Amino acid sequence: MTATLLTHLPVGSIGGAIEFIFQSQSSSVTGGKEVGGLTQTIELALTQLEVTVLAVALSMAIALPIGLYLGHRGVGEALAVALGNAGRAVPELALIAFMAAVIGVGLFNVTIALSILGIPPILTNAFVGIRQVDRASVDAARGVGMTEAEILMKVEMPLAVPTLMTGIRGATIAIVATATIAPLAGVLTLGDYILNRNVYGEDGVLAGAIVVALLALTLEFALAGLQRLLTSRGLRLRPA
Amino acid sequence: MASLAALALPLAKVGEVGKDFFHERSSETLSCQANPDKLFCFEWAKDNIDRYGTPTVQHIELVAISILAGFAVAFALALLAHRHHWLRTPLLAGTGALYTVPSVAFFFLLLPLTGRGRDTAIIALSAYTLQIIYRNTMTGLANVPASVKDAGRGMGLTGRQLLWRVELPLATPEIVAGLRIATVSTVALATLAVFAGGGGLGDPIYDHITFTTNIILAGGIAMLMAIAFDLILLGIQRLATPWLRAARGQA
Repeated sequence: MTATLLTHLPVGSIGGAIEFIFQSQSSSVTGGKEVGGLTQTIELALTQLEVTVLAVALSMAIALPIGLYLGHRGVGEALAVALGNAGRAVPELALIAFMAAVIGVGLFNVTIALSILGIPPILTNAFVGIRQVDRASVDAARGVGMTEAEILMKVEMPLAVPTLMTGIRGATIAIVATATIAPLAGVLTLGDYILNRNVYGEDGVLAGAIVVALLALTLEFALAGLQRLLTSRGLRLRPA
Repeated sequence: MASLAALALPLAKVGEVGKDFFHERSSETLSCQANPDKLFCFEWAKDNIDRYGTPTVQHIELVAISILAGFAVAFALALLAHRHHWLRTPLLAGTGALYTVPSVAFFFLLLPLTGRGRDTAIIALSAYTLQIIYRNTMTGLANVPASVKDAGRGMGLTGRQLLWRVELPLATPEIVAGLRIATVSTVALATLAVFAGGGGLGDPIYDHITFTTNIILAGGIAMLMAIAFDLILLGIQRLATPWLRAARGQA
């Protein structure tokens, strides 16, 4: 029924989409008001980046201390693993819709909803990363008189950087991807181009998809670079 | 709540999905919706649970086909890279890039090529499984002890026999671990297939996005489905690796 109708909807062209990104055009729906163009694209991209950064920061603030503490003490493995597994099973669309309906729309509320997606990967990887550190290194650190906090900060965390960053990268990808449907909860991200087909047209939809994909790939590259910077030189030389 | 309803209205008009999901029987729906403070309307759920049958079946189909297709491609790529070492890094980078592209964007990037509908959703969903299945298969194969491979060669196994009779069976736990992660995430991700016109449990959610009873029901079915798929794969792994059970019994 609907499915067959949908198959025959027109779709935009790559050329038209690229033009849409840079050059605003009049939309029949908004009564000839200009839509698209570089100004609006940058504005939407910045909102998406803002809500992503806020949500990742919030999930780090919650998940890192817990994961590092549990990993250092070596307790709560079942909790860390179960949370990691449960986190993967949360349907993104249901989460956004549910949070919007329960706590309301807006940047603050969307940040909270998105950070829920980021907590499991960060917590689980923090736990696993710290646990994987060679116990002999920790014993040696304790032997030279380091305090527990020093052991965590100067021995365990530097050695766990690759795993810690894997969690943060995973969280960031999940959050930036889901931030695309944030317009459903009242925050206009690049997903607005994609979800509001009748305002932006087929070229707008495709333009939104292209810019979202570029944004996510850029974030991933930036975090991969950050990981390389944070990994101590001795570890970098070791084959992965 | 009022602001949310106002917001959802234009979106609902844009929604490209089946509008007939919440047809008729609207008296209960309305009385339930009129009371937005009520998080979960048990009466409505009891009377309307049958509406979720078709989306659930569609969801299972989306996930099963995507996982099978993703596994076939990723497994073939892993075997290729296992034989030709120089392929490893480019294949890991390639599958990683696919994994990074947000799903909603992926659907709409595919539209000019594949059109709206289930095929597009399946292509995108299976693309997301490649990275994890590929990586776990490679790790599993790499972790096979060299001494075991030597023993196999010593017994006169050819390269192909060694792969299928020694290396792959020993790598099964890691391969299945990758499949389980991929499957659970795909069940969750498939709710977004609605944006590609692909059906599934995202259909009812998107159709009535402010009605929490509906969201909890559809989201709950998806999460239960993820658990069920996970347990099935775990069972398959147990059956496929009887020697691990024997070892555990001895220990």
